[in-house]
Amino acid sequence: MATEAAVDVRNLTAMFRRREGDMAAVNGATFSLARGEVMTILGESGSGKSVTLKAMMGLLPDYASITGEVRVAGRDILKLPPAALAKARGGELSMIFQEPMAALDPVYTIGEQIAETIVKHEGITYASAMQRALALLERVAIPSAARRLKNYPHEMSGGMRQRAMIALALACNPTVLLADEPTTALDVTVQIQILLLLRELQQELGMSVIFVTHDVGVAAEISDRIAVMYAGRFVETGTVREIMRHPKHPYSKGLLNSTVLGGLRGRRLETIPGSPPSLSALPRGCAFSPRCAQADVRCLTTQPDETVLGPGTIVRCFHANTAMAEAI
Amino acid sequence: MLVFVIRRLLQAIPILIGVSLVVFGLVHLVPGNPIDMLMPPEASPEVIAQMKAAFGFDKPLYMQYLLWLSRAISGDFGLSIFNSTPVAGQLMDALTNTLKLAILAAILGFSAGIALGLIAGFNHNRWPDKIASVITTAGVSMPHYWCAIVMVLACAVLNDWLPAQGMGDDQDPFLDRLQYLVMPVVTLSFIPMGVVGRLVRATVLEILGREFPGALAAKGLTRWPILRHVCKNAAPPVLALMGLQFGYLLGGSILVETVFNWPGSGNLLNIAIFRRDIPVLQATILVLASFFVVLNLMVDILQAAIDPRLRR
Repeated sequence: MATEAAVDVRNLTAMFRRREGDMAAVNGATFSLARGEVMTILGESGSGKSVTLKAMMGLLPDYASITGEVRVAGRDILKLPPAALAKARGGELSMIFQEPMAALDPVYTIGEQIAETIVKHEGITYASAMQRALALLERVAIPSAARRLKNYPHEMSGGMRQRAMIALALACNPTVLLADEPTTALDVTVQIQILLLLRELQQELGMSVIFVTHDVGVAAEISDRIAVMYAGRFVETGTVREIMRHPKHPYSKGLLNSTVLGGLRGRRLETIPGSPPSLSALPRGCAFSPRCAQADVRCLTTQPDETVLGPGTIVRCFHANTAMAEAI
Repeated sequence: MLVFVIRRLLQAIPILIGVSLVVFGLVHLVPGNPIDMLMPPEASPEVIAQMKAAFGFDKPLYMQYLLWLSRAISGDFGLSIFNSTPVAGQLMDALTNTLKLAILAAILGFSAGIALGLIAGFNHNRWPDKIASVITTAGVSMPHYWCAIVMVLACAVLNDWLPAQGMGDDQDPFLDRLQYLVMPVVTLSFIPMGVVGRLVRATVLEILGREFPGALAAKGLTRWPILRHVCKNAAPPVLALMGLQFGYLLGGSILVETVFNWPGSGNLLNIAIFRRDIPVLQATILVLASFFVVLNLMVDILQAAIDPRLRR
């Protein structure tokens, strides 16, 4: 099992040192992903989902410390020396960002930015890297790609920029693609196009994808598995089917009931009362307990452990068993 | 890009005409009449009228302007009222002297400022940042003349390392004449060093706070290529500041040129003001202002060449 995994993350923790005290934006994330598998990390803003991706690439500012293991093709990314780390970033492990306008350098053309990456990783000539960049733009279905190659980011539309960003991320055939809310900044019609493109490319190239979103619909559309994140911890993981049909954690249920997808037609959408806790002032027990209808004394005082329900299926809740009983 | 350059060049023409009008007008607003200053108090009205006619002060103002402008364009700025030598010659000498200082001070100040700013920006809140910030803050806050005097005291009076003032003889060997440049150039470079250093630091910090430097690291770039990206993004505002600073340097610092007895454009302006030497004043201000316009034009074009978003 471990040898098959494309990514194997163990106990990944990202601590931010602040004057007010340390805070763990990601607290012991553990998961593994097979080749060609798509996993979505689902959660509200501030739950630590984007930080998880950045931590996996070792990309956090120096006042953050990252511990744990991120094994890609058997090597622990976090323990690589700087040169090998740079080689792995954009090589086997690649990333798409939420805001392509902010993530692309505004004073270089799209072609230059893609070619630069290819030259850096493969050491081929600039001219042939530019040829590859052209092929990549055509691959992500950018019309008149040859002209777009010479465009600066501000000369493109949002959807086009995100396509260019995807082309850039795929430039060196990564085995693992990290996608940080790649559709959030786009129009709904463009969103679906980008999702379909990503799904198509993922299947064609056999990549493993970790997709971060707060949108349940997007998660259902693209992923094989879902990890629900709350206050820096995975509170439930499982297959899309299981989580969409029988969510076990009260937070997952709340999340589903608060979307049109999960709610029933004609019924009022439910909301989760309250708001996510501040990461620097987490409750002593279960982080979700202040907002949870089922919370009892135990929930308020003790942090629940992971209950393993099956391979890749865990839940972090004292009431999960009763929830399961209800479901059956 | 070509359209942008042509448009900018055309826009510079009305600015230059405006500058010439202001220069011509300003000098005529200054109280005090040059002819009265030259003439003895007992001079007869006829002689005064004759003098006025000789210098063209009898013609209507707009004629004076057009005449002055057409001559100025062909490089003839008339004669100095004070000593009747051609203004163009005096101005050329003063400008060349100041240009030597300005170019050297700009090279020294800008490179030191850029280096300090980059060191500070890339080591935010660590000791290299603190040291660099102390140096750049000192650079902007120390008064020029005070630096100059302290330096003269240290290097020329207490020790005999450098000549205290002047610019040496033309017959002196090149290296000897170079010694005269050291103190004025160093003094003049402090302010450009300080302001450029502080702007580079602030700009680098702002750019590093954006998302794309992280995205560059995510695609596998190492420290130096990322530095190159950051520098290109930081260049436009820094270039604009350097253009202005070089303009100020060309104007010559009256104080520094006075302390070091350096016959540059600052000195010339100062003397011309006290002597009410209007042709000299007009020529000096016009030429300096034109330099400023041309410099800014060059900066604009350079900026647009670097940042495509500015080509509008």
